[in-house]
Amino acid sequence: MKNRAKIFKLGVLSALTAGLLLPLPVGAAEAAAIDSGDTAWILASAALVMLMTPGVALFYGGMVRKKNVLSILMQCFTILALVSVQWVLLGYTLSFGPDVKGIIGDLSFLGLSGVGLGPSDTYGTTIPNTVFVVFQGMFAIITAALITGAFAERMKFSAFVIFTLLWTTLVYDPLAHWVWGGGFLGKLGALDFAGGTVVHISSGVSGLVAALVLGKRLSKQREAILPHNLPMTVTGAALLWFGWFGFNAGSALAANGLAGMAFLVTNTAAAAGAMSWVVAEWLDHGKPTIFGAVSGAVAGLVAITPAAGYVTPLASILIGIMVGPVCYLAVSRVKEKLGYDDALDVFGIHGVGGTLGALATGLFATTVINSAAANGLFYGNPHQLWVQFLSVLASWVYAGGMTFLILKGISWVTSLRVNQEEEEMGLDAAIHGEDAYGYSEMGVEGTGVAR
Amino acid sequence: MKKIEAIIRPSKLETLKAALNALEVRGMTVYNVMGRGLQKDVKQFYRGQEISVDLFPKVKVEIICRDHWLERIIDVILKECSSGQLGDGKIFVYPIEDIIRISSGERGDAAL
Repeated sequence: MKNRAKIFKLGVLSALTAGLLLPLPVGAAEAAAIDSGDTAWILASAALVMLMTPGVALFYGGMVRKKNVLSILMQCFTILALVSVQWVLLGYTLSFGPDVKGIIGDLSFLGLSGVGLGPSDTYGTTIPNTVFVVFQGMFAIITAALITGAFAERMKFSAFVIFTLLWTTLVYDPLAHWVWGGGFLGKLGALDFAGGTVVHISSGVSGLVAALVLGKRLSKQREAILPHNLPMTVTGAALLWFGWFGFNAGSALAANGLAGMAFLVTNTAAAAGAMSWVVAEWLDHGKPTIFGAVSGAVAGLVAITPAAGYVTPLASILIGIMVGPVCYLAVSRVKEKLGYDDALDVFGIHGVGGTLGALATGLFATTVINSAAANGLFYGNPHQLWVQFLSVLASWVYAGGMTFLILKGISWVTSLRVNQEEEEMGLDAAIHGEDAYGYSEMGVEGTGVAR
Repeated sequence: MKKIEAIIRPSKLETLKAALNALEVRGMTVYNVMGRGLQKDVKQFYRGQEISVDLFPKVKVEIICRDHWLERIIDVILKECSSGQLGDGKIFVYPIEDIIRISSGERGDAAL
């Protein structure tokens, strides 16, 4: 009774507050500059990228033990909810607001004030501003969701919620601003078409730091922790590959030749990555695995992300061929040697793959593909490789350092990990009070609840 | 009365059931189990992580019978479930103290 009264009061208070805070809608008439083809494509792309978050939830979900699958799904859906709202209130303006000293956007677009039906003056000038906002918002969401793999199976839910909100505000938003929002890395000439640094290096390195700060899972000492549902993982990987077309080709912000090329190289790099990972593992231990194939595909997609709008199809094959074995070694050898429990290889695939892709962009970029960009080393401009290196370094240092500070800060207020008993029981039962497959009841017909 | 516990290959369950049916031996309890005898470990790989699998899926079939049926049933199991290879399984025989049919309360031979 007491809980229900609390929930009702909270609901009324929220509704009143929302009503008071609603900014007046900006009544900008749609400018003649809006291109309906571009708009349609970016709307579709935003939806494709949205699907990648449930996709990564399934990808990771199949990799954890049965007793923790719901915790992965819950974390990803929670991120979808939290970051969607944070993006509207604060994230968009920090990322893409008018630049302050090359570091951050100002608060001009707080609560999306000033964002109307017409195009922005700066970003996506042929599509409505709202479409650009929602498209970019999906990137912020998926980036936070990627990190969950590193601390899987042991993080406390309240700590995770606070971490997500602080991380997206203090790490993602500034990084997005530095590279895409008029900040210093973009001004340096760093090329990152769809998020090699902003999305993959940031989530990968942050994941590594989180894995180190939280420590290993308890079971790690005594047993091999195996995926409980690889078909689920493959389903997730398929959704990721599909959604990535929106991620990369949508970053052209137009329905044009560049989008077409980005789409093509995305598919090609995924394919080459899948092949090369499988070849690497086949040579290594004698068996080609589906887990390896989808991991290689994802690695290829990660690596092509920064390069998608700058490289040729042949280059995308080379990028895919390189990243498969490199990430395979990262997850199968380096992780074990160095002893960190990055449970689902967020660093091994996103951190390492994103770094490789960002540097490869400095090799293979060509103005033949994208005249608004720059050439890489193989096209006579070694300077670009140096710029890429700087952007990689900045991402590593900032994401890693800030994530460490955030986690330490949270740990002063509450513990980051669940306790030993909860970890043994499984997060689904211990934190969420749920059972994914209803196997815990004996003597029950079908999947009904025992009464 | 005796209890026969047969650990067999999962692939042999259907032929065993059919053969026992032919003898009008219908009562049984069947379990999915994991086990091993003398079989060697098998390797699996997950992102390069090597796992040694040392338990294999088997099926356990429990049958209760009168004493004079014991050898007949054992013969059927051996005939249907033996391939001559490692991993065929084992049969264990136990004495049974009593049997009770829950629906009617009958005991002993009448409950078989």
